[in-house]
Amino acid sequence: MTLGQEIITIGLCALATMLTRFLPFLMFRADKPTPKYVRYLGKALPAAIFGMLVVYCLKNVNVFTGSHGLPELIAIALVVGLHLWKRNMLLSIGGGTVCYMLLVQWIF
Amino acid sequence: MSENTGKRNRSGAVKKALIAAFPKTIPIMMGFLFLGMSYGFYMKVSGFSFVYPLCMSLVIFGGSLEFVTVTMLLGSFAPVQTFLMALMIQARHLFYGIALLEKYKETGMKKAYLIFGMCDESFSINCATEVPENVDKGWFYFFVTVLNQFYWVAGATLGGLLGSVLTFNTEGLDFVMTAMFMVIFLEQWLKEKKHYTALIGVMVSAGCLLVFGADSFLIPTMICILCFLTAFRKPIEKAGGLL
Repeated sequence: MTLGQEIITIGLCALATMLTRFLPFLMFRADKPTPKYVRYLGKALPAAIFGMLVVYCLKNVNVFTGSHGLPELIAIALVVGLHLWKRNMLLSIGGGTVCYMLLVQWIF
Repeated sequence: MSENTGKRNRSGAVKKALIAAFPKTIPIMMGFLFLGMSYGFYMKVSGFSFVYPLCMSLVIFGGSLEFVTVTMLLGSFAPVQTFLMALMIQARHLFYGIALLEKYKETGMKKAYLIFGMCDESFSINCATEVPENVDKGWFYFFVTVLNQFYWVAGATLGGLLGSVLTFNTEGLDFVMTAMFMVIFLEQWLKEKKHYTALIGVMVSAGCLLVFGADSFLIPTMICILCFLTAFRKPIEKAGGLL
């Protein structure tokens, strides 16, 4: 690729990204009332998306080969346990991550 | 005099928002510095100067697409394919936008940047956090967004400049992102009275992952989530409990 083609390629990626980010806000302007169906989606989507993002993070875990997803399972159980116990985001995330690192580096 | 007081109040409010926002972004600082550096390093070993990760993390600011773009840059020039591929990888932002429509109302001049910098992580924090009464919402969202982008750009650039400078074993550090999304999901779960939509999200994603595989399950997942939420709108709204 020439430098010009590289710039176009990167520019197109940026353009497509911005299109996906700005489109909802351009379609449903702040000065006009948002359609009821879209407002319903706005409220119903977050919980569903957070669920999707958790699955997305774990998409490459294979329960049939390698460590069978055990380090992930243990670390997630720790994250949930810590969070239910102390309700402190940094502690739950930090504790889970350190646990996962120890597991994949030393045990599995 | 009154103008000075006004200014002082304003800078006080900005500072307050920064102080409220920063702790929320600490896990992302860990994750983004690490992932950003891996990305910058990957570009470096693929033969690109640090200027590439610097510019790409500034104008695209989307982790998975930036990794894919490296492959595109190494291949032959295919603008249409590039554009469509980028649209598909980033399509989830459409969901984020719909979920943030109400929250980002009345954020004034900052709104354009809030939308420009809307990544998975900034979306999750801004969507899930209940900003305290005495903190300006607009500035809170702004600092979450700008700090997150700063971590990513800094990581990517450093990775491109320094390469493999990390001397301790970082294997598994990327789990910080999984842990963060898990905690945000859990927080949402504890806050809501009914869990229909959360369950739809998890089960549809898991089902699509099994059927379509890790590389291409996101688009079908989003379509199915939309169908389920639309089909069950009446019972879900009737059951109430939506935040």
